[in-house]
Amino acid sequence: MREIHYDDIVKNVSTMCIEANYHLGEDVMAAFKKAIKEEKSETGKDILNQLIENATIASTDLVPMCQDTGTAVFIVELGQDCHIKGGSLYDAINEGVRKGYGEGYLRNSIVRDPLQRKNTEDNTPSIVHIELVQGDRLTIHMTAKGGGAENMSDLKMLKPSDGLQGVKEYILDIVSVAGPNACPPLVVGVGIGGNFERCAYLAKKSLFRPLGERHPDQTIASLEEELMTEINRLGIGPQGMGGSTTALDVKIEVEACHIAALPVAVNLNCHASRHKQTTL
Amino acid sequence: MQKRIKTPFYDDDILSSLRVGDRLLLSGVVYTARDAAHKRMIEEFKEGKSLPFDVEGQVIYYVGPTPAKPGQVIGSAGPTTSSRMDKYTPFLLEKGLKGMIGKGYRSEKVKKSIVDNKAVYLGAVGGSAALISRSIKSVELIAYEDLGTEAIRKLTIEDFPVIVINDMYGGDLYQAGVEKYRER
Repeated sequence: MREIHYDDIVKNVSTMCIEANYHLGEDVMAAFKKAIKEEKSETGKDILNQLIENATIASTDLVPMCQDTGTAVFIVELGQDCHIKGGSLYDAINEGVRKGYGEGYLRNSIVRDPLQRKNTEDNTPSIVHIELVQGDRLTIHMTAKGGGAENMSDLKMLKPSDGLQGVKEYILDIVSVAGPNACPPLVVGVGIGGNFERCAYLAKKSLFRPLGERHPDQTIASLEEELMTEINRLGIGPQGMGGSTTALDVKIEVEACHIAALPVAVNLNCHASRHKQTTL
Repeated sequence: MQKRIKTPFYDDDILSSLRVGDRLLLSGVVYTARDAAHKRMIEEFKEGKSLPFDVEGQVIYYVGPTPAKPGQVIGSAGPTTSSRMDKYTPFLLEKGLKGMIGKGYRSEKVKKSIVDNKAVYLGAVGGSAALISRSIKSVELIAYEDLGTEAIRKLTIEDFPVIVINDMYGGDLYQAGVEKYRER
């Protein structure tokens, strides 16, 4: 049994929160640069240039690239031969968020109660999903998920007879409805299958994959590419002001489901696709 | 080509010259307000209190900045989704507000009110908060300090980059732009 100390988790999570918000990943920067070459709208090109300039300023000045520093969302792969010493894993992650958001001058955007709406002032509680895996390592994946794009996300229980065509139409519809609100160019995260709650999780999980990386299953990889082409023909463009870059990437995760079901979830991400990972 | 424009919009000639798609660099004064501040402003007004600032000719920027680091005027300060303020906007336009800066769609009711009250809706680039904060030169807390990031602040801005989304003639860049580039 390998021991991992609470304090090490706190320290790593804190650093991830700050780094994710200050430094846009190379994968996203590469996607911006590729998009500029293909963008048909001049305004769209200007906006993409502005986004690159913004990311460069954030990284150089060590400030958040976006004022919405997000809900801190974690997917943790916990090796079953790990023992967390000194406190609970959930507490350690939340302590790391508290520390990182405070020390990094990141915005606290979480309210304790959805109806009373009093800010918790430390961006906790975070959202933590734990997956038990083999081995003795602890891998923490973090994303700072913006509220604007999250608000335009959706889930639908389609009928099996709706089939692939129904799934595609639904995804295109959600992206169309989101328009400028979700801060395009987007990363479109899709979950297909599972059940009601699992499907939404799959859509969120897909957003943790680096931009430009295709799904290992060839059929799903092709569907990602096909949807990317279709979405970019919608005309929404950067910031919804018209253009050919509506999505920087489309990510799909698929799982088994009930004979009566075809759940589909679309979790939209803005262009500030912030994700970090660390292994202890 | 970017036009340099001064705020507040006391002069109708400036507003009447603006058209959808125009890229502007704003200088002057704007006030921050988002969800909670809008709700409180209007609730208090209905209770008989006055608005926390005179909205005549002014521009509201929908933003909830990050905390300023030592030495910074303001933290990162990009636009938030405007439609959450739709419920309150026609009231403020009728009181004399002339402009809003945000991102995303406005309701039909707001668009009509923009035309009726000869105002303008300006889009800032969502997410470009680090860049935008460089054009904010000073910040003064005006009201609702307890709301934290959602408090009302008076900002002095210089060359703040925006694009005209809805002009006083009923034009809508979100519709026009998408129609122009749609291929399906």
